[in-house]
Amino acid sequence: MISVKNLHKSFGDTEVLKGIEAEIAEKEVVCVIGPSGSGKSTFLRCLNLLEEITSGDVYIEGDNIADKKININEVRSRVGMVFQHFNLFPHRTVLENITLGPIKVKGMNKQEAEKVALPLLEKVGLSDKAHVYPESLSGGQKQRVAIARSLAMEPRIMLFDEPTSALDPELVGDVLEVMKDLAKEGMTMVVVTHEMGFAKEVGDRVLFMDEGIIMEEDTPDNIFDNPQNPRTQEFLSKVL
Amino acid sequence: MEFITESHYYRVMPFLLEGLVWTLLITVVGLIIGFILGAIFGFARLSHNKIIYGIATVYVEAVRGTPILAQILFIYFGLSDLTGINIDKISASIIAIAINAGAYIAEIVRGAVYSIDKGQMEAGRSVGLTRNQTMRYIIWPQAFRRMIPPLGNQFVISLKDTSLFSVIAVTELLYMGQQYYGSTFAAFEALTMVCLMYLLITVPTAVYLRRVERRLDV
Ligand SMILES: Nc1ncnc2c1ncn2[C@@H]1O[C@H](COP(=O)(O)OP(=O)(O)OP(=O)(O)O)[C@@H](O)[C@H]1O
Ligand SMILES: [Mg+2]
Repeated sequence: MISVKNLHKSFGDTEVLKGIEAEIAEKEVVCVIGPSGSGKSTFLRCLNLLEEITSGDVYIEGDNIADKKININEVRSRVGMVFQHFNLFPHRTVLENITLGPIKVKGMNKQEAEKVALPLLEKVGLSDKAHVYPESLSGGQKQRVAIARSLAMEPRIMLFDEPTSALDPELVGDVLEVMKDLAKEGMTMVVVTHEMGFAKEVGDRVLFMDEGIIMEEDTPDNIFDNPQNPRTQEFLSKVL
Repeated sequence: MEFITESHYYRVMPFLLEGLVWTLLITVVGLIIGFILGAIFGFARLSHNKIIYGIATVYVEAVRGTPILAQILFIYFGLSDLTGINIDKISASIIAIAINAGAYIAEIVRGAVYSIDKGQMEAGRSVGLTRNQTMRYIIWPQAFRRMIPPLGNQFVISLKDTSLFSVIAVTELLYMGQQYYGSTFAAFEALTMVCLMYLLITVPTAVYLRRVERRLDV
């Protein structure tokens, strides 16, 4: 479903991604872990071209998004993204946040879009918040709205960049629950996370990134209980 | 009653009201055009295209680096000298306000758009909106709110700037006051009333803006 071949990314003279290779299958939940600055966010952002790819190929359902001729807006509507800081649209209500994409990109009318949005709000447990503005929500609620906003485009793949690291600890659980449900429904997910518990429980595979490459990848059990690479061992000994 | 209606404070008023109408007309029409110029050049200043950015920067810096008095004289005398076409004083004044305020508004627009968190563009793009759609539906509405206080401020500045157009005998507020004391020698009374008329517009504007600012803050 996602196939990454020799992906390089530089900002000016500094190379941040130094040849990433990865294959992600349909319905797979892949967690990406690694030290700060190792390029996790950059890698994820390359998957929907929020960062321009310097060299290499990234295939999303067969389409090479590194190809300049690709219709990037169409690809992005197939790949949802959830950000650490939610990035909700503050001047629009919760419901409008969710319906904007379906209306403007898919050409739905307001009623059709709301028919998509309301069940999603229910799914993330926020039906009663449809008509409030994001500023009145807690961080955890904001993030669940952001997830619903992405899902409204009916993406085939969801990318999460540390979706819980800006949240107070007691709010993390609700967001993780929503993500677990998504995983159970068979969503293909790539999740950059510091939540090792989530990676263990929900992840099919864990990628350990360091210095711009994937140093080690394995099942959660093997990575956490029996890491092979010394860098992985060192990283895990610090965070676990 | 007679001492009131006979006083200069009272008798200057018909002149000043006429002047105020022209002052407001020049300011409002000039600012509407100036806002359009400002939006165009403000976005041009955000462009990655070097030529577009360059043209906009030359405009903004040229206007901000020269006095508005020189600008109005340039437009009224300089351009007609060059082209042989005479434009009337009111049009020249409106053009001067538009071009002058346009440059300052361009910076207001640029600053407001620039101040919107980069994550907003990314979130818009990642639900599949194009860059233009994201600008229009997400960035611009948020930026516009932040522009209201500085735009109101620009209104006050431009309103006061119109008084400079008295040098080309535009019948705006200050000029009409001058006309009155030119024939009556009642300069103190006339200028007191002129200033009060300006304050009548600028003080409520300032109070209103303070309120808007407070509301945008929270
Ligand atoms: N737009 C940018 N311009 C220049 N350098 C950047 C840019 N974005 C990221 N970098 C650099 O790229 C490197 C990798 O950043 P990235 O955000 O991908 O790391 P990360 O693994 O997500 O870290 P964290 O866990 O702190 O989020 C860092 O050294 C960062 O400074
Ligand atoms: Mg990161």
